[in-house]
Amino acid sequence: MRLTSLTVAAGLALASASFAETVAPGDVVFDEYGAVEASLTGVAGDPANGRSVIVSKKRGNCIACHSAEAWADELFHGEVGPTLDGVGGYRSAAELRGILVNSKKTFEGTVMPAYYKVDGFNRPGDAYTGKAAKELSPLLTAQEIEDVVAFLASLQD
Amino acid sequence: MKIKAVTAIAAVLLSTSVFADEDAELVVNGEIEMVTKTAAPAHLSDALDEVLSGWRFRSDETQLMQMDDFDNPGMVAVDAAAEAWDAVEGSEGKSCASCHGDVADSMVGVRAVYPKWNDAAEEVRTLAMQINDCRENKMGAEKYGYTSGDMAAMEALISVQSRGMPVNVAIDGPVQATWEAGKDLYYTRTGQLDLSCASCHEQNYGNMIRADHLSQGQINGFPVYRLKNAKLNTAHARFKGCVRDTRAETFKPGSAEFIALELYVASRGNGLSVEAPSVRN
Repeated sequence: MRLTSLTVAAGLALASASFAETVAPGDVVFDEYGAVEASLTGVAGDPANGRSVIVSKKRGNCIACHSAEAWADELFHGEVGPTLDGVGGYRSAAELRGILVNSKKTFEGTVMPAYYKVDGFNRPGDAYTGKAAKELSPLLTAQEIEDVVAFLASLQD
Repeated sequence: MKIKAVTAIAAVLLSTSVFADEDAELVVNGEIEMVTKTAAPAHLSDALDEVLSGWRFRSDETQLMQMDDFDNPGMVAVDAAAEAWDAVEGSEGKSCASCHGDVADSMVGVRAVYPKWNDAAEEVRTLAMQINDCRENKMGAEKYGYTSGDMAAMEALISVQSRGMPVNVAIDGPVQATWEAGKDLYYTRTGQLDLSCASCHEQNYGNMIRADHLSQGQINGFPVYRLKNAKLNTAHARFKGCVRDTRAETFKPGSAEFIALELYVASRGNGLSVEAPSVRN
C-alpha cells in the first residue's frame, strides 16, 4: 500500500517535471495587441508537423478557411479567412502564436476559433456529438500550436 | 495586359463551371418560376441588400435536379405523403382528407406563412407542430417524430402546394417576442468554435468553407432533399446539425429555441419562393 502510493507520488512528480514548461490555456500571457511572446512549451516547433496540423480536418483544419501556396497540393482551400501566403514575412512568431491561441485578442469579433482556450464558451459541446461537454480540451495542444507557428513563420514571399 | 485579361476571363469561366451559377434562374417543370433572389425584407435591410435561395449556391448538377420533378429525389416522399394524407389512422377514424379534403386545394399557401400564431393555443406553431396537433387531437393518432421521415414527407406534400408562392411569415403582433428570441439566437455564438448562424450565413455567404459553398442559410426550400444523406431533411434537423458543428451542446428539434429560430430564419427569406422539396448537397 505504502509502496503503491509512493510510486504514484513519484509518477506525479515526474509528470509535472516533464510538463513544467507547458503553459496551461488559462495562463497564457497576451500583450496589449493580442500577441503571445513566450513559447507555450519551450520546445522548438516542428514545421513539418505544423503543416500537417493545418491541412488535417481532424486537427487544425486551417485549410477549411485559409488558402496558401504552401499547401497547394491539398484540394479545396477555404475563403473565409485571408490567404496565408507570406504570413511569416509580416507577422512575428508572437503575433502568430497569439492569433492561434485566441484570435479575438488580436481581431475583435473575428469568426476564427480560439485554438488554445477551454473556458468562456456558450453551450460548449463534447466535440461534434452535440452533447454537453464534460471537460474541454483545447482544439490544439500547446506543442501543435508551436508547430503551426513554426510552419507559418517559414512562409515568406 | 491583353493576355492578363484573357486569363482572367478564363479563370472566371472556369470557376463558374466548377461552382454554382449564381445568375441562373430556377424554373421547375418548365412552368413554376421561382424567386431565388430578391430585395431583403425591411427588417433585414441593415444586414443584407438581397436574399438568395440556397439553390443559387449549389453546383449546376444539383441545381438541375430541382428543375424537374422526375429528377427531384424528394418527390418520392411527396408521393408517399399523398397516400398518407388519404389514409385513415387513429382512434377517430379520420385521415387528413376527412377534414381538409384535397390537399391540392386546402393547403395552397399554407407553407408560405408558417411558422405562425395559433389563436386558440396562444402559441407560435411550426408546420410540424400543426401536423402533430391534428394527428394527436383530431385523429387520435400517434404523433410523428419531429424530424422523422414521415414528418418531413408530410411537410413536403403540404409545401408543394405553395411552390412558387413568396414566403410571407408575420413577425409582429403576437409572434413578435418569439421572433425577437429567434433573432437573438441567430446572432448568439455557440460552442467551442464560437460561431453564430450569422458568422457563416450572414458574414460569409458566397465564400467557400473547404469544399462547401456557404449559403445564406435560407429555409424557403425546406424540407430539403440532401444528396449528402439521401433523404428529406427538416429545418430543425438542419439547425441541430449546424449547432453541433460549432462544437456546441445543441438544442432539441421542436424546442422553444428552435421554434423561435425557425420563425426568425423563415422571416429572413420573406419574398423568396417556397421551393420545397428542394435539392441541396
